[in-house]
Amino acid sequence: MAFEYAPAPESRSIVDIRPAYGLFVNGEFVAPADGESMKTVDPATEEVLAEVGVAGAADVDRAVAAARKAYQRVWGPMPGAERAKYLYRIARIIQERARELAVLESIDNGKPIRESRDVDIPLVAAHFFYYAGWADKLGHAGFGANPQPLGVAGQVIPWNFPLLMLAWKIAPALAAGNTVVLKPAETTPLTALLFAEICQLADLPAGVVNILTGAGDTGRALVEHGDVDKVAFTGSTEVGRQIARSVAGTRKRVTLELGGKAANIVFADAALDQAVEGIVNGIFFNQGHVCCAGSRLLVEESVSEELLARLKRRMTTLRVGDPLDKNTDVGAINSAEQLAKIRTLTEIGEQEGGQRWSAPCPLPDRGFWFSPTVFTEVTQAHRIAREEIFGPVLSVLTFRTPDEAVVKANNTPYGLSAGIWTEKGSRILWLADKLRAGVVWANTFNKFDPTSPFGGYQESGYGREGGRHGLEAYLAH
Amino acid sequence: MTTLPAGAGAAEFAAEVTATAASLRTFLHGLPGVDKVGADQRAATLATRSIKTTAKQWALDLAIRMVDLTTLEGADTPGKVRALCAKAMRPDPADRGCPPAAAVCVYPALVPTAVETVRGSSVRVASVATAFPSGQVPLSVKLDDVAAAVAAGADEVDMVIDRGAFLSGRYDEVFRQIVAVKEACGAAHLKVILETGELGTYDNVRRASWLAMLAGGDFIKTSTGKVSPAATLPVTLIMLEAVRDFRELTGRQIGVKPAGGIRSAKDAIRYLVLVNETAGDDWLDPAWFRFGASSLLNDLLMQRSKLATGRYAGPDYFTLD
Repeated sequence: MAFEYAPAPESRSIVDIRPAYGLFVNGEFVAPADGESMKTVDPATEEVLAEVGVAGAADVDRAVAAARKAYQRVWGPMPGAERAKYLYRIARIIQERARELAVLESIDNGKPIRESRDVDIPLVAAHFFYYAGWADKLGHAGFGANPQPLGVAGQVIPWNFPLLMLAWKIAPALAAGNTVVLKPAETTPLTALLFAEICQLADLPAGVVNILTGAGDTGRALVEHGDVDKVAFTGSTEVGRQIARSVAGTRKRVTLELGGKAANIVFADAALDQAVEGIVNGIFFNQGHVCCAGSRLLVEESVSEELLARLKRRMTTLRVGDPLDKNTDVGAINSAEQLAKIRTLTEIGEQEGGQRWSAPCPLPDRGFWFSPTVFTEVTQAHRIAREEIFGPVLSVLTFRTPDEAVVKANNTPYGLSAGIWTEKGSRILWLADKLRAGVVWANTFNKFDPTSPFGGYQESGYGREGGRHGLEAYLAH
Repeated sequence: MTTLPAGAGAAEFAAEVTATAASLRTFLHGLPGVDKVGADQRAATLATRSIKTTAKQWALDLAIRMVDLTTLEGADTPGKVRALCAKAMRPDPADRGCPPAAAVCVYPALVPTAVETVRGSSVRVASVATAFPSGQVPLSVKLDDVAAAVAAGADEVDMVIDRGAFLSGRYDEVFRQIVAVKEACGAAHLKVILETGELGTYDNVRRASWLAMLAGGDFIKTSTGKVSPAATLPVTLIMLEAVRDFRELTGRQIGVKPAGGIRSAKDAIRYLVLVNETAGDDWLDPAWFRFGASSLLNDLLMQRSKLATGRYAGPDYFTLD
């Protein structure tokens, strides 16, 4: 007899979305200078959620000037222990308003409430708590006895983990004594704007955090602004390249966290049921909108058939649908544009001879959706094995020996993350040493912690975020 | 894992891998390992499923039908067992629509009383046997214990495995004991208690599960209830994976019974979610999944009446037996 789960939606009533939002500059919400605005939509329903300001060059000037003034007069000279108080206060408010933030994140981004509630928002609070602890101990972080902040940081973040990426950027910057101007992604501005309200609630001095909404032009104006000392970007490799070009030859410091095409390597002796969970978590977590997603499954040929059978059986139990339903495993694709990109690449995968299998799950009529999909018979020569799809699409390749696994795993211009599944500890250590990836997970995947540095090799970017290492990006020494 | 020629059944498969002590050992140690962190994580994630309204109603009724209402005390008397049987047959005297429990589970000495009391109802009589809960007696004594329970009319026998033999690697000995007990059971269903709280690792839980299935057990059961920890979600997850894989390999379906420590309706529903998303809905039936419990039943009844009436009745509105 079938066990049908009745709908269990998290209530939307906890969030109060205003019809229109301005920019957050110098501690208050202001209208953009030229009055331009854009709409943000709920990707699960395509309904417009709010009108959001689009910051132009004049607004960027204003925000950077406010950040500069706050840096010089208030935040830079403030003792670390005092800065920590504000960060702790922000962290506590985030915890108190966790449900509201989680619901708003799921509405604006499309991710399942289970993830925003259990992963995103707790990690956001954890990042602020963690870096708050560093604020008065910077002299003991290994960057000299008296490391100094850089000044004004211009930060541009992506839409896949809107508030978490904000936390990764803002918490270390503020702890180190910098002030920030942050641009959230065009499609997911709402939690950043709620964060601005939290800054007000925490009595954070005006100008320390400025939030400018907008699209690519806003980001470009911010990154290229002459009075920005530090640029931090998370997003596509393509935009990362443009940013690297634009800051080349300037005094600006830059960190880039870009794309990835991570290998998730499963050996024949792996704990297969848990490996299947790890594969699912690696590629279907957050609809695969994860830069470190385990999008290339490398499986030892002798166990590939059994593993794939188990994987497909598991994928049939994935629940795709309403992001606010507490039982949803896979939510909505963030935008029509991203959905089109995923469709294009999967079509290319089929044309190039990959065997496509999608989980037989019903999809809602409205909104942007894509069934969890796996491609078998994929080789290194296929585009779906090389290009980042940034969606719930897994490419499966096989290998025969550990050496071959290393070669194939490293044969990518990226190098953000990798996974190893084996019950043999010595092999984990041997392999982790050989993989060119910033993060290597063993018998787990997509695990994050504020104490652990995160970042890439090669075209996955440079610099590290998180942990003690993450402070370095915001300190002169 | 050993591959099986197409069409071979459970008996042929078992005969092949259990031919010698060495082949049995090789098979059990060749099973894929269990990563504890991953298994715990999976169970914890499934425990966050939110079961509401109609789904909850359905799950509560199913859970009531899956309860093996248990009393296993030195102080058990015929009077106590008769009361338990009455409860199992009609859990909620105020509601005729309330389904009966699956079985009552008692010591062999009380089987006659239980059989007499439940006669004519759908409630079955299960008896623990084989020197429950330790199992530390000679095989001949265990078999006498089983024979007595079956002769007294038990429909189901809950045996304990020899954990001492298992932990010292004498898998073959454990296997032969289960086979002998199964034979002594005759037509009675055999539930094999692994006592997972004493096995130490999830790898051992998986091996013991396969050992019990290969030896002919009809059910694998987590615990006696006398050892802590008793049933847990991750251990039940691993056992559900085992029965799922066993059926896929041999075509034979084996039941699972978590027992001990399951006290709330919320917990019971979490187990049902685990069954649903691990072994599948073929196991969502009292024939294939049971709860070994006593106080659980009243919480299930309380939640059931809350769903029907919209309010919680006080504990005095549910019978204490």
